[in-house]
Amino acid sequence: MAASVLRIAPSARAALRASSAKPAGAALASAAFVRGKATLPDLPYDYGALEPHISGKIMELHHKNHHQTYVNGLNSALAEIEEAASKGNQSKAATLAPLLNFHGGGHINHSLFWENLAPANKDGGGEPEGALKSAIARDFGSFATLQSQVNAALAGIQGSGWAWLVKDKAAGTLQVVTRANQDPVSGNYVPLMGIDAWEHAYYLQYQNRKAEYFSAIWNVINWKAVAGRLEKA
Amino acid sequence: MELHHLKHHQTYITNLNKALEVSADATAEGRLHDAAAQLSAIRFNGGGHINHSLFWENLSPASSPDAKPSAAPKLQAAITSTWGSLDKFRSAFAAALLGIQGSGWGWLVKEAGTGQLRIVTLANQEAVVVGDIPLFGVDMWEHAYYLQYLNGKVAYVDNIWNVINWKTAEARYTETREDVFKVLKANI
Repeated sequence: MAASVLRIAPSARAALRASSAKPAGAALASAAFVRGKATLPDLPYDYGALEPHISGKIMELHHKNHHQTYVNGLNSALAEIEEAASKGNQSKAATLAPLLNFHGGGHINHSLFWENLAPANKDGGGEPEGALKSAIARDFGSFATLQSQVNAALAGIQGSGWAWLVKDKAAGTLQVVTRANQDPVSGNYVPLMGIDAWEHAYYLQYQNRKAEYFSAIWNVINWKAVAGRLEKA
Repeated sequence: MELHHLKHHQTYITNLNKALEVSADATAEGRLHDAAAQLSAIRFNGGGHINHSLFWENLSPASSPDAKPSAAPKLQAAITSTWGSLDKFRSAFAAALLGIQGSGWGWLVKEAGTGQLRIVTLANQEAVVVGDIPLFGVDMWEHAYYLQYLNGKVAYVDNIWNVINWKTAEARYTETREDVFKVLKANI
């Protein structure tokens, strides 16, 4: 996940300059430099590396266009909030909360997503090992039960959203939750593994056959990355 | 259009029928908790069926006279009176559509009681069902445009303006609420 201080990747900088298709009123505070702008993280693999499960065309659009738009929107919202706050206009800052949640959540969610995917022939697919395997057995009974719970959660999303395997910090147990739109996993839950159920995540390849996408993506889940998150949770 | 109609809309109908059947059986047997469990599916799939049924009717081939704003003289007058001009309405409507975060629809509605024109956006498959009269709607779910426009929804919103059925919009503006929804009765 990228929250780099004093660095804006050239592509993100150009995108920030070029982007004008923003919600009304979302102008960048041009003069003031805002520390720590969000940037689009690089994928740990090529766009085509998740084929045939997720097409290279989808990965490219999803990363370069969709995720980039969230990065741009996040930076824009943050700049506006900072400007409003610095002028003592807390009310205006508060009205920007939905934009911050949407674009900020979009940036967080996609950043986590790229990391918990991997090519099928390298860390992608299969089943988890070690502590993660034990936790799944303990909290779901079996890996198969986890899978069917996640798939049911995905199928049950009405509109756009995500399904997440999370750790409940208070209970110490693993759970499957869904989030609408780009609402992030936060508070008591630590996101371990996420699956994007927005139509843009699969439509070019699977069209309305989303059950096929939900089935296929298990071949490219990076359980090592998920295990790493559990360790830190 | 083909996928949208044959697959997406059909799925809403199939799932709505399933949910209604389960709900009806449960209610008949006094299992109100089981009937209540179907409410979400009825609302979602019912809304999807209603929205898409109205949507197909409020589209028209660009070449047809029905697609010209002049096919809706009374509605145009009301639009001008409300937003100042058709162009200003178009901008406001586009901004509303593009501001939707996630899946949803944008509708021009005639408000219940006042008869005022309003732009409303609704999330997911929420529908204009309580009081207001839907005049025309635009589907902003990604499936409505993705294969053709990819993530370029500005272009989709721009272009769909050419296929709005103003004749239908005018009819909905002037007729009763019952008439607006008659398409649903016709397909039971």
